[in-house]
Amino acid sequence: MIEVFISMGVIGGIGAILAVVLELADRYIANYGECAVDINDGTRTLTVEGGGSLLGSLVAEGIFIPSACGGRGSCGYCKVKIAEGGGPVLPTETSWLTPQEQKNNMRLSCQVKIREDLKIHIPPELFLIKEYRGRVTRITTLTHDIKEVRIKLLEPEAIEFQTGQYMQLTVPEYGDVEESVYRAYSLSSPSFEKDEVEFIIRLVPEGICTTWVHQFLKESDEVTVNGPHGEFFLRDSDKPVIMIAGGSGLAPFKGMLRDLARQHSTRKVTFFFGAVSQRDLYHRELMAELEKELPNFKFVPALSKPAEEDRWQGETGLITDVVGRLGEDIAGSQAYLCGSPGMIDACIAVLTKNGMPQAEIFYDKFS
Amino acid sequence: MVEINPFVILFAAIFTNNILLSNYLGMCSFLAVSREVKASYGLGFAVIFVMTATTALNWLVYFYMLVPAGLEHFWYIIFIVVIAAFVQLVEILIEKISPVLYINLGIFLPLITVNCAIMGASLFMIIRGYDFLQSVAYGFGAGVGWALAIVAMAGIRQRIARSNVPAPLAGAGIALIIAGIMSLAFMGFSGMIQVQ
Repeated sequence: MIEVFISMGVIGGIGAILAVVLELADRYIANYGECAVDINDGTRTLTVEGGGSLLGSLVAEGIFIPSACGGRGSCGYCKVKIAEGGGPVLPTETSWLTPQEQKNNMRLSCQVKIREDLKIHIPPELFLIKEYRGRVTRITTLTHDIKEVRIKLLEPEAIEFQTGQYMQLTVPEYGDVEESVYRAYSLSSPSFEKDEVEFIIRLVPEGICTTWVHQFLKESDEVTVNGPHGEFFLRDSDKPVIMIAGGSGLAPFKGMLRDLARQHSTRKVTFFFGAVSQRDLYHRELMAELEKELPNFKFVPALSKPAEEDRWQGETGLITDVVGRLGEDIAGSQAYLCGSPGMIDACIAVLTKNGMPQAEIFYDKFS
Repeated sequence: MVEINPFVILFAAIFTNNILLSNYLGMCSFLAVSREVKASYGLGFAVIFVMTATTALNWLVYFYMLVPAGLEHFWYIIFIVVIAAFVQLVEILIEKISPVLYINLGIFLPLITVNCAIMGASLFMIIRGYDFLQSVAYGFGAGVGWALAIVAMAGIRQRIARSNVPAPLAGAGIALIIAGIMSLAFMGFSGMIQVQ
């Protein structure tokens, strides 16, 4: 009998010693205390619990650093300048930072852990980025895999942005998804609509956010979005505009065209929209209306594989082929591209080959 | 205790009794992390370090705590607990001391807690009756042997990625066949020294 107690005592004792050692390590070694984060030389100073990522701590304090991947280190958007503290550049960051950026102490804020007081610099307009609470007012099915979601802003009630920018939609925990995440989507509403925002979202197989939007989100649900983010908006100029989009990449252009229509613009705009077959086309009535309102606007849908029953009369082929056929007429235009990275890279290659300078090409890549 | 020079044990653990290729221990991480040479170096170094340290620790725990209390039969449980606690502690320490080392090595540490090669090395040293120095030499050698095997495997798999593997064998299938052939090749070393 006594042996049972001895063995329980010894085994328990060894376990207890190890547990105490780990607990002490957690309390004293892994404890980074409270750290002060100084932003833009004292414009704002945050006191945060050490040990977390800089991106997460800033977002928790309401400063929304752009990030499309949600802190996994795979989009490279969340760059901030760290003037003091932050430790050495990590191997996970080097592929996103140019040597020049590394020299300027730029870092990916999702990879930087707060272990000491930091001094950071962020573009002041990031303070304008806010988190908005809203209510879904309408979900429209546009094609078999694309839905349009309209959200009325509740708190704050209005938003200032430039048409073409994107916002991040927060996905709550649902089904098997145990952690709330956020994903970036282009705004398809124009900037003169300040109390509502609109997104066009395509279902990505097994995509966490798109599955939620397509299968779980209902009208009158409450959602959280933050933004605006991004540099994608129509530049002031008299140059003719070439817009190229595929799939849900139509979103920013819908807003831009409605903006132009409201301004009675006479700027020459040609919008090339690539789809596989007729069933992937949407908003054709809207585009026809805009063609009436805007004297110099033309919508050119192109199908890469029209189905036989489509009886398609329009352009066929990949969007790059269609744009390529324009030849060197485009050299004096400005191009705006929105869609998958593959499509955008291929289009940039075609455009630059035909004499368009890189500086006149603006794009929003879905990653 | 057996009378073998620790250097002989070290050498044997690397080549003739390679823990991965002759005992087939630690296969899961061996297959999972051997796609890239760079990552396999990271995991290899982490295994060398953890194996050396845990064989030493487990030897002390076994002979100074379990044997005096007559509780040798609990060795499996205690070894697992010691390994898990040690790895956790090292992870906390590395994260504090060096973020660069943490990114390169630390991310593999949770993988090592459940690596059966680590447990196997601790068990073998007791079964074979090694003394403290021999155990440390054995732990270090087994770690180096494991690292050697995974780096070699990663090198081969990087080349295979560019060649035409029959579809049913792609991925783990071809990797297991290669592991088998590597193991046959390592058997060639066993004529040099016989250590059990």
